[in-house]
Amino acid sequence: MRRIMVGVKRVVDYNVRVRVKPDNTGVVTEGVKMSINPFDEIALEEALRIKERGLADEVLAVSIGPTDTQQQLRTALAMGADRAILVQTDAAVGPLSVARLFRQLIDKEQPFLVLLGKQAIDDDNGQAPQMLAALWDRPQAVSCSKIEIADGKATVTREVDAGLEVLEIDLPAVMSVDLRLNEPRYVKLPDIMKAKKKPLDTVGLADFGVGEAPAFKTVRVDPPPQRQKGIMVKDVGELVDTLKKKGLV
Amino acid sequence: MSKILVIAEHDGARLNPSTSKCVSCAAQVPGAAVDVLVLAVDAAAVAAQAASIVGVNRVLAADNPANAEPIAAVLAPQVAKLASGYTHVFGPSTTFGKDLMPRVAALLGVGQLSDIMAVEGAHAFKRPIYAGNAVLTVEAPQDAVLVATVRVASFEAAAEGGSAAVEKVDASVPLPTHTRFVSRSGATTGRPDLQTASRVVAGGRALGSADGFKLVYSLADKLGAAVGASRAAVDAGYVPNDLQVGQTGKIIAPELYIAVGISGAIQHMTGIKDARTIVAINKDGEAPIFEAADVGLVGDLFTILPELEKQLGG
Repeated sequence: MRRIMVGVKRVVDYNVRVRVKPDNTGVVTEGVKMSINPFDEIALEEALRIKERGLADEVLAVSIGPTDTQQQLRTALAMGADRAILVQTDAAVGPLSVARLFRQLIDKEQPFLVLLGKQAIDDDNGQAPQMLAALWDRPQAVSCSKIEIADGKATVTREVDAGLEVLEIDLPAVMSVDLRLNEPRYVKLPDIMKAKKKPLDTVGLADFGVGEAPAFKTVRVDPPPQRQKGIMVKDVGELVDTLKKKGLV
Repeated sequence: MSKILVIAEHDGARLNPSTSKCVSCAAQVPGAAVDVLVLAVDAAAVAAQAASIVGVNRVLAADNPANAEPIAAVLAPQVAKLASGYTHVFGPSTTFGKDLMPRVAALLGVGQLSDIMAVEGAHAFKRPIYAGNAVLTVEAPQDAVLVATVRVASFEAAAEGGSAAVEKVDASVPLPTHTRFVSRSGATTGRPDLQTASRVVAGGRALGSADGFKLVYSLADKLGAAVGASRAAVDAGYVPNDLQVGQTGKIIAPELYIAVGISGAIQHMTGIKDARTIVAINKDGEAPIFEAADVGLVGDLFTILPELEKQLGG
């Protein structure tokens, strides 16, 4: 079985304007729309396309989170994943613990490829893929915008500060995906019905013997310093005058 | 007493300015002694540049033919070996550091702190979450090495003129061959580097085409500025990906940022909130960019930009 494992994180939806709680313990997530992390959706789409090209037999979606995360995994199944595993926990699980957990699942599931988003848009850590690759002692390709697979190898194009970098890596490997890799498909109603019959297994975090204690202690969460609202100018002349006065041009 | 190892970013010949900013961050840690590690084929030239950064105690030069390209899987085991004895290991929050540092942390069996934006103590730091819509203050454990990336836009480059000692070090460990560099393509535009430029002109989807974007390049050249873009403009194919500014692109802190036809999505704003002065030009007076702009001008960019260029030339 040629299997691709995809990580799916439940996060506050991309379009929600996040607010810090008045007691500075975190951000408001109650009553807020939750979705699949957009980068993970791209990872899943890529896995589905690789399977559709005949290069994989099964796409397995894995998430770690509270029971409600089943919603996001059902969406993943509706998009086309063959089965899903929820590692159930109400605790916040840090990137190193995520990597350790995926490392254990890899032993069991034997994927030839693990596809993850390059970062989750809540914590903005961008660590789990690289950590997993290290623990697995396998190649990592971070921020992929193109993936080609042939003969047990992959040629990947990565988005880097200087432009684009191409690597050749041996499989199995971990890849993290960037925005321009693909555009995820829309889920159709019949697919949602079909997804209800697909297997979604729930296991407890405790089954893995991976500590859930975060590596870092949150002291407090604050809103960012606000920029002061500036002035409006009426035309280009006034704009140039203003910039000159500020010594900027 | 904190012993901090900063991992140098370079292209084999020149030290990237991100390294100096990491040193600035490290120097703010109470009681810090800062060493810089240069991993290269022949580290001498880059090590000499690192040695001139004020605040650097020692430069460690690790030569290895395998270090010809910055492949995280190759560099990480060397960093992990040399991290022994250090309390902190810092790298820049550039694509280089984001690739490398989590791999180093995992090899050391510790967590990693991303995007340090402020130093609050030897083990206390601030970092942004939710695209900068919240700022987290965290405490790292005292009994473990702290591996972290430094948000380079939050720190000024350290002064030049130092003369740290350069020492050759043995970083030899078994290295993998499973990851091979093929090529790198980037725009060699002759324009200032987006990440370090003091002036940036950036365009959005409203430019309408790659051809329309020439107006942005033209104004940038007039000002000696770097060119940036919103995600929408990159996705539309007007400009290459390395110009993207924002949560998933580059985080920058220029003196002057001119946003042309950019609406100001929160994901974009997180990339420019440390800019000293933000100028917004947009035909929609309700665009969110005006909430954060220091100077705003509502109007048609296709008439404003040529006019602006003309008046600047006077």
